[in-house]
Amino acid sequence: MRQEDESEIVAGIPHLRRYARGLTGDRERADDLVQDTLERTCSRFPLWQRRGALRAWMFGIMHNLFIDRVRARRSQPEDALDTELPEPPDRPTQTDGLELRDLDRVLARLPAEQREVLLLVGVEEMSYQDVARIVGVPIGTVMSRLSRARERLRAELQGGCEQPRIQRVK
Amino acid sequence: MMTLTHDPRPNDPRPVTEADLHAHVDRQLDPAREAEVLQYLATRPDEQARVQAWQQQNEALHRLLDPLLHEPVPPRLPAQLRSDLAEASQRLPWRSLAAGLAIALLSAASTWWARGSIDDERVRTAFIDGARSAQASQASTGDDLRGFARRAAVAHVVYSPDIRRPVEVGADEEQALVAWLSKRLGTQVRPPLLKAVGYELIGGRLLPGDSGPVAQFMYHDAIGQRMTLYVTREAPGGATTAFRFGRDGPVNVFYWVDRQVGYAISGGAERQELLRVAQEVHRQLAPG
Repeated sequence: MRQEDESEIVAGIPHLRRYARGLTGDRERADDLVQDTLERTCSRFPLWQRRGALRAWMFGIMHNLFIDRVRARRSQPEDALDTELPEPPDRPTQTDGLELRDLDRVLARLPAEQREVLLLVGVEEMSYQDVARIVGVPIGTVMSRLSRARERLRAELQGGCEQPRIQRVK
Repeated sequence: MMTLTHDPRPNDPRPVTEADLHAHVDRQLDPAREAEVLQYLATRPDEQARVQAWQQQNEALHRLLDPLLHEPVPPRLPAQLRSDLAEASQRLPWRSLAAGLAIALLSAASTWWARGSIDDERVRTAFIDGARSAQASQASTGDDLRGFARRAAVAHVVYSPDIRRPVEVGADEEQALVAWLSKRLGTQVRPPLLKAVGYELIGGRLLPGDSGPVAQFMYHDAIGQRMTLYVTREAPGGATTAFRFGRDGPVNVFYWVDRQVGYAISGGAERQELLRVAQEVHRQLAPG
């Protein structure tokens, strides 16, 4: 591996952490996901061969690992009740208060597939094409997931903080 | 930039879609379309409110998650990376190939092939290893694929998800494609026309087979679903056979041998649909 590839991987770590934190809703789980992503990035690196951006490739690896975990947890019945509910939000204390806590909660309740697209587009600011490649679905599916995620967030956040809605909506 | 294809007629602007509104929020529209969307929004306060809410969501998500970008990375991550790198540098690429099957093959084989920097023999080994490990990891279904049909399925899995470079020579250079493949295969090969059954040619590539090159033609249907036709001269025995069906995970394959040439149609489509395609291919390729 060339020095510059190595530095590119290292430079990507904060972005991977931000995305993983949004996906998992939890710092520990996020860093576990990042760690596994780095491991796989290294072991598969000889196979990357500079086809496309290294960063997008790493996000694709993280996507695969994350979806594997979501599926594994769904298949465990004892855990099924709160699959989409993370532990109490554990955010840096300096960020603003209730509004963000609500957002965090609603984000965690989105279906995993919608959460991924919302974060890749809205936070990582990737092009729809890149997102389609990373997530491995047609661009039309990206758009419909994005649309559903945003409309659901809008509906749930509109009521403000008066509706904590702790129960899982199903 | 988003590749929404726009109607070129200036006086008849395409209706603004939901996707346009999102692309506006995400700044992925080209300037001309952006202007049209802005014009549309100017007269639609309800849509404006939605769009604004989405923009605020993006901003709030950044406020929620951006702190992660600026805080120090936990030391375990770079430490882990260093040991991973050390380990990776000792490993040979083709070892991980066998382990990683589809994803590994996807990234590796096509580039090796395209770059021509590694000999065919190694790519061939990768394909065979991949096939073997897939066979080992998959419970026998009775539809198990063997021989060239399995290699066709693996090649389908490897190349069909490739968005940037699914083929080596595109359908726009069909003459060149036909000449090139025919020369390399040592027999006249021409991609069948499958418009009648709903598929359009994307292009083709040459792949390593068990004992020589094979051709792969790639097609897609109206919704972009891909289907590949694999043509090989290494068909066992060379006797003409009936259609056979098999599957490998999500890939369905119809294959047959006709006058010492093996054909395999692979795709994610339903068995019935693939059969229709196979019959059409057979009809066109039958010497007449």
